[in-house]
Amino acid sequence: MSKKVSQEQYEKTFSYRFRRWLDGVKDPFLDTVEMKPQEEFHEDEETVRQHGEDIRQHIQHAYDLEHNAEVKIFRKIYKIFSILFCVFLVAMLLEAVSELPTFGEAENPVNNEVAERYIEKGLQETGAVNIVTGMILDYRAFDTLGESHVLFIATCTVLILLRVDKKGGQESIEADDRHYEPKDDVILQTVARILVPPIFIFGIYVILAGHLGPGGGFSGGAVIGAGLILYQNAFGFTKTEKFFTAKTYRIMSFGALACYSIAKSYSFYTGANHIESVIPLGNPGAILSSGLILLLNICVGIVVAGTMYTFYAMFRRGGY
Amino acid sequence: MDFVQNFPFMSIILSLFSGPLSSILSGKWAKRVNTAVIVIIGIMSACVLGYVTGTGEEFIYYMGHFPAPWGNEIRVGELEAFMALFFCAIMLLSMLGGTKERLTQIEDSKQNLYYIMVNLLLCSLLALIYTNDLFTAYVFVEINTISACGLIMIRQNGRTFEAAIRYMIMSLLGSGLLLLGICFLYSVTGHLLMSNIQQQVQLLAASGEYHIPLLVALGLMSVGLAIKSALYPFHSWLPDAYGYSTVSSAAILSSLVSKGYIFLLIKIFYRVIGFEIVCDSKVIHVLYVFGIMGMIMGSVNAIQENNIRRMIAFSSVAQIGYIYMGLGLGTEAGVVASVYHVLSHAATKSLLFVAASGLTDASGGKVRFEDLQGAGYRHRLAGIAFTVGSLSMVGLPMFSGFISKLLFSQEAVGHNHKMLPTLIALAVSTVLNAVYFMKTVITIYMPAPKDTEADRQGRNIAMAEQPGKSVALICFIILNLMLGLSSEPIIHLIQNGLEMFY
Repeated sequence: MSKKVSQEQYEKTFSYRFRRWLDGVKDPFLDTVEMKPQEEFHEDEETVRQHGEDIRQHIQHAYDLEHNAEVKIFRKIYKIFSILFCVFLVAMLLEAVSELPTFGEAENPVNNEVAERYIEKGLQETGAVNIVTGMILDYRAFDTLGESHVLFIATCTVLILLRVDKKGGQESIEADDRHYEPKDDVILQTVARILVPPIFIFGIYVILAGHLGPGGGFSGGAVIGAGLILYQNAFGFTKTEKFFTAKTYRIMSFGALACYSIAKSYSFYTGANHIESVIPLGNPGAILSSGLILLLNICVGIVVAGTMYTFYAMFRRGGY
Repeated sequence: MDFVQNFPFMSIILSLFSGPLSSILSGKWAKRVNTAVIVIIGIMSACVLGYVTGTGEEFIYYMGHFPAPWGNEIRVGELEAFMALFFCAIMLLSMLGGTKERLTQIEDSKQNLYYIMVNLLLCSLLALIYTNDLFTAYVFVEINTISACGLIMIRQNGRTFEAAIRYMIMSLLGSGLLLLGICFLYSVTGHLLMSNIQQQVQLLAASGEYHIPLLVALGLMSVGLAIKSALYPFHSWLPDAYGYSTVSSAAILSSLVSKGYIFLLIKIFYRVIGFEIVCDSKVIHVLYVFGIMGMIMGSVNAIQENNIRRMIAFSSVAQIGYIYMGLGLGTEAGVVASVYHVLSHAATKSLLFVAASGLTDASGGKVRFEDLQGAGYRHRLAGIAFTVGSLSMVGLPMFSGFISKLLFSQEAVGHNHKMLPTLIALAVSTVLNAVYFMKTVITIYMPAPKDTEADRQGRNIAMAEQPGKSVALICFIILNLMLGLSSEPIIHLIQNGLEMFY
């Protein structure tokens, strides 16, 4: 490294003095300050031990909830405030509810042209004798489409949370209910043998007759799901899995939801573009009537039944 | 009817359909489907935006064979189409930025479940944007809540479970209040369709009938949606949920999920109740006060934080406070500023989360500030991106945050009672923002002392090593500069869109 000016000359320049001032070597008041390299930080064992002890005591003190005055006071205030808040909320809601129109009056705002058309023209426009079914699966089918996906995504979330994938097969007996199976409970099995077929048939009936009378996919699916759970309880996983596994559920729910989406897409598309739908409404009262409603009911029923059973299976210990 | 008008409906159905489809695919294919779906929906939304800007008026789309008060319908205006496009862009980039983290942090057999959640989340956001029916909005709020829970807890450790449970409790409380509000409105107006409710509410407000139920309904819906979008006193679920979930989830949750609810609230103000009635009620003052508190307290909490991701999460509380403060001003221009801040915050916060994950990658996965020293040199792109995001959050000119702060203060000047508190809060919050963001920027550009924790664990990461993250970061930076440098057309678009709400 070569220098253009000698060291003495350089020391006289402004930049040298400025740099010295910047580095803190020269102080304008004290003149030259002796610079010492900082000593490396050392800790002897005693202080290290002392520190550890201090931290331990700190933690102990912080988590000693029984003797902590602040926590006690906070809890009391918290209780008082939550009670006050609840009382206030209840009072406000009661006041608001008392201002609402009396339930069931004929002049209420809810009895308007919307409800009128559902009741008067529902049968004619949707072909469903049960106007509730006509409403949820035809007039407002978009909401129900969303609602069936709520069920689907709820099962997926439970799958994320509770599905345990086998890792090397070293699970303890405690973690898996299957080790206790089959239970071979004679009473349960006999009852299940008698009850399960009628439950399934009744569920299927409720689904299929959803557009003719009280019932529909949601209620029928719940009945079938309950039947599946009963069967599983009586006979165990090995027998149930002969016809219903996680894979079956996935494919079934995909099929049902896809079917629902496609059918409704067709109906939304034709409706919005004012194209005449080719699906006949049929004879009101006949089993094959009311356009797409029967198909949609079956789809919803499959999803609901699968969801019920999957929830049950997931909440048991062990794989599904 | 033009074919383009089918696109909003098609994008909702497409994303809805892709959810169950992902359940029978492998994780790899589910990811491809997810990317394709987001891109297709983005393109369709862009077409719709072009169409609506061309015709200059909104259009109604029947969901079925029956006209509106009887059947469902969706309504598409300029702002809706733009929001859909913007949300798709942010979601695509957030997914791109967290590709590697998803592979390592999520169990192999649950990969496809993640994409189910993302697809259905996108669907619910689109439905919230487009719907013209309050009950449809509620159904999709449910989907949104559940999928957000799934996104939080799919990275399985104790903290995320705790965060997901907190999120679920708070969010369900919010949904419940929203539903109660809808019930009140339904029983006094007899309608669920937004335009019909508005007609009835105007009549009721003119006659003074059902004053209390209307006020309570408005209050319940505002508070419900405020809880769900983490307005200050209801934010306790937020830091853990954003701080410990996987990167894509954190970016999506902070920039899309909460913004979807805010958009719904703006829609309720404009299309359901009517903005004049909302301004006359006291509810917006409450939102205003909470917003101001959030602006200050969120920043104070962020300063105290020692974990970079939790710090960014707390900064979200402050930014949500800005948005509610703008709504609380109760003027048209205040809402424009809020909507602009929704965009700017969405673009910046996801950038920050992705950049922070790049920085922690370069520091051996540590998230504490002392381990992040010199991370800006080890992962240069992430360092630059983090700096850009920080400057934008602080509100330096050229970046998107500046424009929204400018709009807020412009609107506050000359406002009757709220001028002084707004300006003071803006100033204080900006200084606090600068304190914690600049602290972080300085930390990441401080040379790491030799032979310390940070130096031993850190490694240099070249741009080519994480192609997805690099592309996402570059796009985010461009998006941020675009929002900051050419704000005029976007502000114009927001104004037009809000006018279409009437």
